[in-house]
Amino acid sequence: MKTIKSVNDFVIKFANVNGTGSASANNLFAKALFRMGLPVSPKNIFPSNIQGLPTWYEVRVSEKGYLGRRGGVDIMLSVNPQSMPKDIQEVESGGYFIYDNTKPLDLRLIRNDVNIIGLPLTRICNNEYSDPRQRQLFKNVIYVGALAALLDIDFAVLTRLVGDQFKGKEKLVAPNIHALELGHQYARENIECPLGIRVEKRDLVGDCILIDGNSAIGLGAIYGGATMAAWYPITPSTSVVEAFEKYAKRMRIDPGTGRKNYAIVQAEDELAAIGMVIGASWNGARSFTATSGPGISLMSEFLGLAYFAEIPTVLIDVQRAGPSTGMPTRTQQSDVLSAAYASHGDTKQVLLFPSTPREAFDMTADSFDLAERLQTPIIILTDLDMGMNDNMSEPLHWDDDRTYDRGKVLSAEDLDNMEDFGRYKDVDGDAICYRTYPGTHPTKGAFFTRGTSRDEYAVYTESGEIYEANMHRLMAKWETAKTWVPGPVMNPADRPTDYGVIFYGTSESSSLEALDYLAEEGVYIDAMRVRSFPFNQDVEAFIDQHERTFVIEQNRDAQLRTLLMAEFEFGPDKLKSVLCFDGTPISARNIRKQILQQIPGTNITPLRRETGKLESGEAS
Amino acid sequence: MSYINPKFRHPELPVNDLGYTKADYEGSISTLCAGCGHDSISGAIVKAVHELSIEPHKIAKISGIGCSSKTPTYFLGKSHGFNSVHGRMPSVATGASMANRDLTYLAVSGDGDTASIGMGQFVHAIRRNLNMVYIVMNNGCYGLTKGQDSATADAGSASKKGDPNPFAAIDLCGTALQLGAGFVARSFSGDKEQLVPLIKAGISHKGFALIDVISPCVTFNNNVGSTKSYEFVREHSEATGTIDFVPMQQEITAHYQPGTSAEVTMHDGSVIHLHKLAEGLDPFDRASAMNIVEQHRQSGQILTGLIYMEEHSEDLHEALDTVQRPLNQLGPEELCPGRKVLENINESLR
Repeated sequence: MKTIKSVNDFVIKFANVNGTGSASANNLFAKALFRMGLPVSPKNIFPSNIQGLPTWYEVRVSEKGYLGRRGGVDIMLSVNPQSMPKDIQEVESGGYFIYDNTKPLDLRLIRNDVNIIGLPLTRICNNEYSDPRQRQLFKNVIYVGALAALLDIDFAVLTRLVGDQFKGKEKLVAPNIHALELGHQYARENIECPLGIRVEKRDLVGDCILIDGNSAIGLGAIYGGATMAAWYPITPSTSVVEAFEKYAKRMRIDPGTGRKNYAIVQAEDELAAIGMVIGASWNGARSFTATSGPGISLMSEFLGLAYFAEIPTVLIDVQRAGPSTGMPTRTQQSDVLSAAYASHGDTKQVLLFPSTPREAFDMTADSFDLAERLQTPIIILTDLDMGMNDNMSEPLHWDDDRTYDRGKVLSAEDLDNMEDFGRYKDVDGDAICYRTYPGTHPTKGAFFTRGTSRDEYAVYTESGEIYEANMHRLMAKWETAKTWVPGPVMNPADRPTDYGVIFYGTSESSSLEALDYLAEEGVYIDAMRVRSFPFNQDVEAFIDQHERTFVIEQNRDAQLRTLLMAEFEFGPDKLKSVLCFDGTPISARNIRKQILQQIPGTNITPLRRETGKLESGEAS
Repeated sequence: MSYINPKFRHPELPVNDLGYTKADYEGSISTLCAGCGHDSISGAIVKAVHELSIEPHKIAKISGIGCSSKTPTYFLGKSHGFNSVHGRMPSVATGASMANRDLTYLAVSGDGDTASIGMGQFVHAIRRNLNMVYIVMNNGCYGLTKGQDSATADAGSASKKGDPNPFAAIDLCGTALQLGAGFVARSFSGDKEQLVPLIKAGISHKGFALIDVISPCVTFNNNVGSTKSYEFVREHSEATGTIDFVPMQQEITAHYQPGTSAEVTMHDGSVIHLHKLAEGLDPFDRASAMNIVEQHRQSGQILTGLIYMEEHSEDLHEALDTVQRPLNQLGPEELCPGRKVLENINESLR
């Protein structure tokens, strides 16, 4: 039988039961590899459930630094009999299936092309522990210990990590290390170690950090000066505001009084959450909310008000699989259209698409400046994949010379020195008008904010001409926005080519990896990562310059492609879709395959032999 | 309604402690129907705020959508206003209040805006004890869409269209009491003498203050058969007592009969006197207030006046323990932890 041999390049997947404490053990495993200097990308694939249903944790290790999903599984560690029949099928030919052999494996599941390894996890636990909860929790730690032997993980790194993880709870350190040792010892004594797949120390992660996107956004809001967060809990965005709160409790306490320099209100629903953000922003505080697709639907009416009445608003949308409740714990990029044109009437909303936690941090901090300068909502579109998984990311950075740009706001002195104030008067010719905060001046600068049509002085009007002029001004402001939002990032191919590819957000890593595969096969494609909407002229020029451009997206309806066609009037021949919408992050192999299928004359030879079944989301 | 807002003002109009005349608190000319109860409420707001000597820019007016929610244009023209989204005024007021705790938030809503589309936000603003005055201009019908029954229309009441309403009314004061509101009052747009001191007391109260004001819709719901017509309300209302509001600076001169009166010092030092109290009502006892509201509801009477008041209540800012300084006045010095702290965080993530 063939056996996969590799050093520092593999995918391992853990099949667990939700609510058994597996996530922290699996996290320990991933972080140990990271501390050995290896690029890792762990992905938690979990159910909408608190306890009992199958959950998976996939860790990719890549010496080349590929952080996206590759596709395929080289090692399956299965401790969940519920999902075992499917799990074993997922293993690559020549890969490893490691299972709890306290009970013998169902003979019907055995595959002859897979190396099957048994670890008597339940037996070890039952012999060692009498408390049922301990038996459950330590089972996870024991298999991490066994993996350390099987994959040649530096055991000292693991024990140090346990020490760090339980800082302040020192009582827990020794039992956890003991459990690691139990697994390690069993594997060394009973199995030939290491396996064909193993790790070696490297120095490949530089000063990178492991952080989930939602925490990076929470920190971005702290650094960006947000003082008010209003929200309604919804997966996968919940941890954004929770991270904001966690850091605010540490970093936003007034030293004199011990009181809070921030307010967090858990609203009664998403409508109220966005209403609170708009109220606070109108009143001069930096404010934000975080939600997911269903929340965007509920917030749409208010987003139209904020667009039309020109109130800065920061909204984080951590996308999940829709429509409706969809697959609430799976990832997608499927709110692009509903966010871009959120609300009734003619509305256009500014979108930002971060692709890494570092960029999510930067864009969040920037979004407060941008919202106040443009006086409009800024929607940051991230997704569950980045939001809830630990991502290897460039470290977060803050320039201490930076100040906050609050946009055009008049002080009492400004008002005293001016003859005439009109809230919606385009004084500077850039279509952005001056605001005043309530309470600024006893007699000047007050105005009436409204969602109804109004004139330059914010006075109600039903005059068609005045309404039209205002709508035109909002379009002129949209043009200004194009020059202020982050432009696309270009990644030209090594040779001139007629093909281009566009991707955004978390599709970046897998896309770049797929382009490497394609280049090895002689297919060269220029790449552009779109970072914002409205699109600027570089985006248009890129599409113009290529005969055919592929748009890689994690949704069914090719939403960014639709947006590009609507905004630039490109025909459908020009833009071709590469899509994945099964709720898992798009994989490099999938992208490669779909692009090859759409390039005339290319011979499709799979890079590696597939194990039979199509990868989910793949075109057949 | 009048189509001209006269610019002429009597040169010796009385000024308040800040030197402002009542005219300084007026707004634009109303575009509501002539005789609309809402205009009287606007007038009462102007009078109350003038007499309280609040600087116009220290008040923010917030409303939802509907006839009632249009009125902030017609009072306090020198204050910022926000005419928001139907039923969502409380959330905008919550955000605004979080941003700047130093302003007075005077909110206006209607019975549709509050008891139907806005019920969720209304009850949660009460639950959080947001420091605001919430005035409902309650006419039992949807005026702007031409007279449909609202959720506060009494069962059996018929608007101009003639069909009696088959559903029981939502009693906003009863609801507010049950939810723990710290200040609950009901009044009638035609009774300025009662309404003005109630608004003053509501503004002085720290925390959520509900004033449900029956305000007849002259166009669609002022007919025979309606229980929200001027005539019906005049004939069927009964006051809980009389309320006098004495600002902090003024000397208390009136004397009241013992046993039927009560005196309360407000958060800002002003005092309200309640006298000629209805039999069986202790306005500081929630159960007593709930009881008397229910008794009147059962007998078809409209109970007006101050129904319940809590002398000390913790508002949302106190519950959240925010700093005294308005959050919208904090700058990068207070808000941004700086590069060094971020580097430490990075280190903890390796």
